[in-house]
Amino acid sequence: MRFTINGGAVSLDVVGTRRLLDVLREDLHLTGTKEGCGEGECGACSVLIDGEVVDSCLVAVGQVEGRNVITVEGLAQANGALSRLQQAFIERGAAQCGICTPGMLLAAHVLLQRANRPTADDIREGLAGNLCRCTGYTKIIEAVLSCTT
Amino acid sequence: MHDVTYLRPTNLKDAVQLYRTTPGCRPLAGGTDLMVMLHAGTVRPEPRAVLDLWSIPELKVVRRSQGMLEIGAAESYTGIIRSRDAQEHVPALVAAARTIGAAQIQNRGTLGGNLANASPAGDTLPVLLAYDAVVVTDRRAIPIDQFFTGYRKTALQADELIVAVRFPLGRQVAFRKVGTRAAQAISKVVMAVSRSPARVAIGSVAEVPLRARGAEVALERGDIAGAIAAVAADIRPIDDVRSTAVYRRAVTQNIFRDLIG
Repeated sequence: MRFTINGGAVSLDVVGTRRLLDVLREDLHLTGTKEGCGEGECGACSVLIDGEVVDSCLVAVGQVEGRNVITVEGLAQANGALSRLQQAFIERGAAQCGICTPGMLLAAHVLLQRANRPTADDIREGLAGNLCRCTGYTKIIEAVLSCTT
Repeated sequence: MHDVTYLRPTNLKDAVQLYRTTPGCRPLAGGTDLMVMLHAGTVRPEPRAVLDLWSIPELKVVRRSQGMLEIGAAESYTGIIRSRDAQEHVPALVAAARTIGAAQIQNRGTLGGNLANASPAGDTLPVLLAYDAVVVTDRRAIPIDQFFTGYRKTALQADELIVAVRFPLGRQVAFRKVGTRAAQAISKVVMAVSRSPARVAIGSVAEVPLRARGAEVALERGDIAGAIAAVAADIRPIDDVRSTAVYRRAVTQNIFRDLIG
């Protein structure tokens, strides 16, 4: 099967029912995507498929045939420079243990791509599928808000 | 699960044919229920094949048809939320879709999946009951009030695929969900109510998504107090990890009062 990952084409010989999460981590060695609950509750394994945020633990890898997948590794620029959003997470203390961070970044990235500038409430709703047990969310909301202007 | 055959038909005709001819085959759409169970090895009977319906165009259509609104079985909740037709004709369904999980789940969850899973807590199912929706399969149309036959049991035959759900136009339905928090919560009580015709549909208060028939009879005569009293007798709530029977009964009456007030 073939799909695009972070802008590059990949061709894999894998069983279609394997979780996208496992193929990303084990076959493609993209370990930025984390497994939290494995049940679609926590959002730690969030990735983008054709620009929409999904839990990669709930996606059968066969379902991304021909599609465009972005993981947290795809947010930085090609030279390794962090995106504005990633930099804001660092500067505003929006990451502590780091397990939720890749998923938070991707869900927030989708919000920031939208035409309308997200408000704090929009951000809370947009990140509601990403659980964080460290920060209390305030720093995360602030970091995303700082990228809306 | 890795010895499960993965089938990915590209059109509905092939999907129907494969489902009829492949033994031990389970349909897969957005995976929000099935992928968890597949990974945990808890699907019974153990599947030998998975039939991926996610990318079949005919199952993703939202359109007006025969004086009804038809929503494809594999259209995502996000697709429903964004659909102008859905917003105009079935706003209570849009409201329900917005309460399901969060963005990640709304991008993958489907009406076909909610129906086939047939959880008594399925958030769209009372809405479908209140609209008198029709479940369209590869071979027939099943009125929604005949669809749920027992705990997680449906009227579907073993090789029957859900294709779409049809909604009548012009019905006013109110929706309310009570959960622990706004997002990522499974309902303690979920309700959809139509005043005319009287439909009182409730989830998480019985082994199936339920029509409260006593409350409907009272509501049809305009007996509000009688309907509120009757709804408590119509439901069969239990104590479980999410709530208690006593709480569910009280909340059912309270939100029913709000919705018809």
